[in-house]
Amino acid sequence: MNSEMNTNKYLEVFIEEATENLQNLNQALLELENNPEEEVINSIFRIAHTLKGMSATMGFTKMSKLTHRMEDVFQEVRNNKIKLDSDKIDILFNSLDALESYLKNIVNHGFEGEEEYDHIIEALESFKNKKEEFTHVTKEETPFTKEQSQITKLNIYEVDVIKKAYEMNLKTYYITVNLDKGCVLKSARAYIIFQVLEKYSEIIRTEPPVEDIEDEKFEFSFSVLIISKYPAESLHKELMSVAEVESINITELTKENTVLDTENTALISRGAKKQEPKGNNFQSIKTKDSTIKGGIGIKDKYAEKIKANTIKTVRVDIQKLDVLLNLVGELIIQKSRLEELYDGKNQAYQEAVQYLERIITSLHEAIMKVRMVPIETVFNRFPRMVRDLSKKLNKEIELNMSGEETELDRTIIDEIGEPIVHLLRNSIDHGIENPEERLAKGKSRKGHVDLKAYQEGNNVIIEVADDGEGINIEKVKQKAIEKGMVTFDEASNMSKNEVINLLFKPGMSTAKVISDISGRGVGLDVVKTKIESLGGAVEVESEIGVGTRFIIKLPLTLAMIQALLVYVGGERYAIPLGSIMKIVKIKSEEIKLVQKREVIFLNDSIVPLIRLNKVLECPNESENGNIITAVVINKGGKLFALAVDSLIGQQEIVIKNLGKYLAGLKFISGGTILGDGNVALILDINYIAAS
Amino acid sequence: MVNIYNTKINKDTGVNTNNDKTIKVLSFVLDDQEYGIDINYITTVIENDYSITRVPGTPKFIKGVINLRGDIVPIMELRNKLKLPPVEDTIDTKVIVVDFNEVLLGIKVDKVNEVIEIPKSSFEPLSSISDDENLEYYQGISKVGDKIIILIDIEKIIEI
Repeated sequence: MNSEMNTNKYLEVFIEEATENLQNLNQALLELENNPEEEVINSIFRIAHTLKGMSATMGFTKMSKLTHRMEDVFQEVRNNKIKLDSDKIDILFNSLDALESYLKNIVNHGFEGEEEYDHIIEALESFKNKKEEFTHVTKEETPFTKEQSQITKLNIYEVDVIKKAYEMNLKTYYITVNLDKGCVLKSARAYIIFQVLEKYSEIIRTEPPVEDIEDEKFEFSFSVLIISKYPAESLHKELMSVAEVESINITELTKENTVLDTENTALISRGAKKQEPKGNNFQSIKTKDSTIKGGIGIKDKYAEKIKANTIKTVRVDIQKLDVLLNLVGELIIQKSRLEELYDGKNQAYQEAVQYLERIITSLHEAIMKVRMVPIETVFNRFPRMVRDLSKKLNKEIELNMSGEETELDRTIIDEIGEPIVHLLRNSIDHGIENPEERLAKGKSRKGHVDLKAYQEGNNVIIEVADDGEGINIEKVKQKAIEKGMVTFDEASNMSKNEVINLLFKPGMSTAKVISDISGRGVGLDVVKTKIESLGGAVEVESEIGVGTRFIIKLPLTLAMIQALLVYVGGERYAIPLGSIMKIVKIKSEEIKLVQKREVIFLNDSIVPLIRLNKVLECPNESENGNIITAVVINKGGKLFALAVDSLIGQQEIVIKNLGKYLAGLKFISGGTILGDGNVALILDINYIAAS
Repeated sequence: MVNIYNTKINKDTGVNTNNDKTIKVLSFVLDDQEYGIDINYITTVIENDYSITRVPGTPKFIKGVINLRGDIVPIMELRNKLKLPPVEDTIDTKVIVVDFNEVLLGIKVDKVNEVIEIPKSSFEPLSSISDDENLEYYQGISKVGDKIIILIDIEKIIEI
C-alpha cells in the first residue's frame, strides 16, 4: 500500500519529465535530419538514456526496452558505425511515436499497455546489423587513443589554481570515474564520489559540469580535476570503496607532463593514457570559498556567479494558480461591494478603497504573468507534423516559425493547438501545390508555410500563411451553390470577403480529393467555433496564386474582462466591452421596418435592431418609453444594435462558467458575481450575432 | 446555510463506505411523499433565501442560478421536474446541493428531514408497484419503520 503510494507520487514526476524528454527528443530528431551535428547526436543519446533509466526505475519495461534500443543505435552513431539516412530517421520517429503512446497509456491508465512494437525494435536492431560501410555523419574527428592528448580547456582561474598548487607542492590529478553500467541513480552515486573527493581534495572542475552531473546528463563516466596533498594510490583506494564504481583512472598532472598555457588557457597533458572527454570548452568549476583541505585558498568569484545562476525556478501545479486567480476574483468582487457601500461622504474610506483597487490590480497582473506560458509549447510539435504531412503528400514544404516566445494564458495555450493544426493542415493540403505545379507556375519548388505569433496590445495574433494556390473565390461560390448554402443570385452578388466567410460555415470543403489530412469539410468551422469560444476571432486574407493568410486574434487572458452592465427587462446582463462599438439613444419613430425586421440608421448604414428582452424571453416588459437605448455591436464588420432598458456601467468582471449542468446554452457565455453577491449573466455576442 | 453534518461530507472517505450493506440517505419531503438522496452526492443543504438569477433558454424546472460561495450553481425545482403541482415556498423550503461527477446542482425541496441508514437489501424496484411517469428518476423504494422512502437516482435527475 505504502509503496504503491510512493510510486504514485513519483508517477506524476515521471510523466512530467518523460513528456519533457520526449518533446526534446522530437526536437532533437528534427534537428538531426537537417543538421547531423555531433552535439545533436549526443543530446539524443542522453535523452534516450535518461528515458531508459526513468522508465526502468518505474517498472515500465517495454518503454525501457525500446529506449534501450534507441540508445544502442545512437551509441553506434556516435562511434560512426551507423550512418543515419532519412529512412532510419523515420524509424526513429516511429520509435518516438511508440514512446509517446506508451506515455499516453501511462497517463490515462497508469500502465504502459501491451503493445510491444516489435517491428520498431527489429528495425532499430537491423541498423546495427547492417553496419554500412563506414561513413562519417559528422565532421571528421581524431580518435583519442593517441599518446599525447589534450585533456581540456581550462579557464584562467583554473590555470592559476594549478600553478599555485605547483608552488605549494600539492598534487593535481585528473580523475576519470567509470560507474557500473547497471547503475541507476547515477547522480546520487556521483554525489557520494564528490563527498569522498571533497574530504581529501579540492575539486577544481568537473566534466561534464556539476549541473549536468546533478541532472544525470552524463553517461557512465565523468571526470574531475582536483588538487590534493594525498598520493594517487590512496585516492584510488578511497574512490574504489564507493559502490557501483567500475573503475577509476587517475593521472597526475606534473610540471613535467603538463603544459599550462595561460594565453589560450589550455592544459596539455603528455602521456596520459586514458580516454578523456572530447575537448569542449566547459566552463564550470567547483571551489570552496577559501580554505581547502589540500591547503590552497583561492576565492573564485566566477564560480560563485555561475552557482548563483542555477536553481531559481519553481514548478507549480496549474491548479494552484487557478486557486490564486479565483481568490483574486473574489477580491475584486468584494472590492466592488466596498465601492457600493460608499456613502459619498467619507473621503478616507474612498481613498482606502481606491488604494485597495490599485493593489488588487497589481496582484491580478502579477498572477496573470505567472500563468503565462510561451506558445513554444504548442509550436514544438508542428515541425514534426509538417515533415510527416509533406512526406505523405509528396510536397516540399518549409515551415518557418517565429514568435515562439510569445506568451499566452495557460488556459488558452491548452486549447489553441487544435485550431492551429487544422490551419496548418489546410495550408499544406489545400494551399501549397505539388513541386511540379509550383515550378510550372514559376514559383520555388519548395512551398513555404509561415507560422507567426506576436503580441498586439491586449491581444496575441497568430498567423498561418502559405505561398500556395490561394482561395479560388469562384470555386467556393460554386461549391456553396452545389451544397445549397446560397442561391446562384446570392452568390453572384457576394463580395470576396463574404465568399471567404462561407468557408467557415459547416459543410464546406473545396478540396478536389477528400484526403485523410483535411477536407472532410469539418475543419474551418471548428476552428472558428473554437477560437470564438476562447474570446478570439479569425480572419482570412487570400490572393489567388499568391497564397493565403489566416489571422487568429486571441485575448491575452481569459478569466477577467471589461464589460458593460445593462438592465434588460429588469434583469442585469453583462456585455463584453471589446465587442461594443458605441451606445446610441434612438426615438421609437426612428425605428424602421425592413422585411418585418426592425432596423435603425447609423451614419447612413442600416443596422438591425435586436430587442434583447424578446431574445432573452424576459418575463417583464421593458419600460422604454419613447427613447430607446441601444448598444451597437461590431462583430467581424457586421453591425447590430441591442435594445436595452438602461445602462448600469462599465466594470471589470470575473468570468465564471455556469457549470456543466448548464453547458451549451444559447445567448449566454457565462456568469459573473457582482458586488452585491448576485449573479449576472454574460451575453454571448457571437451567438446573438449569428441568430 | 446549514451543513447536514458539521463538516462537508468527504466523498473519498465516504462516511457510509465502512458498511456496504447499508446506505445513508438524506430524507426530504416533496408533496407529502418522503424521498431520499444518497448522502455521498450531497455537498450541503442551504436555506431558500438566496437571490436567484433567471437563465434564459433553460427548461422550466431550472429556476436559475445562485452564487454559492463563489461558485455559480443552477437551482432545480424538483416539484416541477417531477411534474408535481407548484406550491408557495415556506420556511421549511430548502435546497439540497448535490455534486455528481463534478456537476453541481441545487435541488429545491419542500422540507428536509434527517439522515437515515437503510439496508440496501430493503430496497425494491418501484416498477412492481407503480406506473408513475417519473419511474426513471427513482432507484427504488424502501419501508423504514412506518415511513416509505423513495430513493432518487441522482444520475437520472442530472441528465438533461
